[in-house]
Amino acid sequence: MTTTTARPRPQARPAAPLPSTLANGLARGAAEVKMFFRSKEAVIFTFSFPAFVLLLLGSIFDTGEAMPGGASMSQVFAASMIAYGILNTAFTSVGVGIAADREDGTLKRLRGTPITASAYFIGKIILVAVATVAEVALLLAVGVVAFGLELPTAPSTWLTFGWILLLSVIACTLVGIAASGLAKSGKNAATVLNLPVIALQFTSGVFVAISSLPDVMVKVAAFFPVRWMGQGFRSVLLPDSMAVGEVAGSWELPVVALVLGAWCVVGLLLCLLTFRWTERKAG
Amino acid sequence: MNAIEVRGLRKTYGGHTAVAGVDLTVAEGEVFALLGPNGAGKTTTTEILEGHRRRDGGEVRVLGVDPATADRRWRADIGIVLQTATDAADLTVREMVGQFAGYYPDPRGVDEVIDLCGLTEKAGARISSLSGGQRRRVDVALGIVGRPKLLFLDEPTTGFDPEVRRQFWDLVRSLAAEGTTILLTTHYLDEAEALAGRLAVIAAGRIVAEGTPRTVGGRDRAPATVSWVDAGGQHHLNTTDPVRAVTELAARGRVSELQVRQPSLEDVYLNLIGAKA
Repeated sequence: MTTTTARPRPQARPAAPLPSTLANGLARGAAEVKMFFRSKEAVIFTFSFPAFVLLLLGSIFDTGEAMPGGASMSQVFAASMIAYGILNTAFTSVGVGIAADREDGTLKRLRGTPITASAYFIGKIILVAVATVAEVALLLAVGVVAFGLELPTAPSTWLTFGWILLLSVIACTLVGIAASGLAKSGKNAATVLNLPVIALQFTSGVFVAISSLPDVMVKVAAFFPVRWMGQGFRSVLLPDSMAVGEVAGSWELPVVALVLGAWCVVGLLLCLLTFRWTERKAG
Repeated sequence: MNAIEVRGLRKTYGGHTAVAGVDLTVAEGEVFALLGPNGAGKTTTTEILEGHRRRDGGEVRVLGVDPATADRRWRADIGIVLQTATDAADLTVREMVGQFAGYYPDPRGVDEVIDLCGLTEKAGARISSLSGGQRRRVDVALGIVGRPKLLFLDEPTTGFDPEVRRQFWDLVRSLAAEGTTILLTTHYLDEAEALAGRLAVIAAGRIVAEGTPRTVGGRDRAPATVSWVDAGGQHHLNTTDPVRAVTELAARGRVSELQVRQPSLEDVYLNLIGAKA
């Protein structure tokens, strides 16, 4: 026993390992999902909106007559509207959500902790995945119940549905993250992001049958992912005979994969180039 | 090792110089207050130290590391209490504190932190349902849950009622007693006087005075005012030696309403920022 032993400093604790990005990302995801579904405005006015539009448009154009190819106009809407649902839960929700996180202090607070940026994005991806699955299920249910949409039975068709859904969600989420920087504040983000969403719905044959659109509009819309998302979902949810209503007279699934894949890459590049943690400051 | 070392810190926004050469040293375990009017450069300086903002010039070491290039391990050792956050309205207090506890390698217990911040009764309440003062206590809880070595408190008691403010001061004192270094920015001079071992006054992007609450700006040497009432009416005398003035006064006979007033921290502060701002 000696009396010369240095007294341990009060803060000298053994360095515990930092928590993993995955564990933190899962915790962020759980918090994001809770916050989203607890916000009544978000659930009623944002999440349910595409189903509401589908009910309205489907009912207005429900003439009872079959289109060339056999399906009804409402069934075409029901299939195309899946693209709108994904835009809503991936592109708009993420874009508006990140702009709001920038404004209300979420990002600033997280940046002051040891959490990684990747963990934050894992949280967003979990929210998008959960919300999108719920959104697509809701839209399919409305399509089946209200408009007699027939769900495919062949596993291969569901496989196609799966990859179109996955590519669509990745592309829309990445572009949404990048687009969150377009809005100067969280308050006007929804307004700013809604313009391209609405414009693309009309020009890409989601709100209006693509066969009735002007040629130039279709050509321009072909550069964007929404047209190919709609076409992809029509290919799996409508009878093959309906391919006559498409621009090329066929489903063009390889082009769908190519364009959506390209937008995933473009979205990633845009994210890396434009993402900011904080609001743009005046002066 | 000093917790904070700053030499010649500079930051400009466009053409406006927000911080114009700040020097600052905060020793480990110290409670240090940074006082100054709005726009003086307090928040910019603090945000550079927190790693939230880039500097344009000068040397900065916080816990021995340059905050501009600091890693996660460094972030685990600091705690930041934000001034104006309105996030996570739809989570409960316990969910939010629990989430943040999970980001740190060696967090305090969730219920322990909630109790320390006086939020036990509100632990299950949504953050959106809290009062302004309770909301700020959540901010404090999130700042200390990671057991920081250095805590940044940016105007922590704005909107607190007097009783809650006293409780908060006790909390700061207990953190300081555990060895936590605290950098406090505040508008409230009584708060700085009650908590800080040392303080600095910042105005127009520069430190204009530094010292203990008793000595800052020459407060201990500044003239006191001795006032009294006698047959000739009310008198005020400014003197650097009030003891002698009172002794002389006592020798002359009875006076009433005798008062000796040393300059308060507020007097010194207002003088400092008035002269330089």
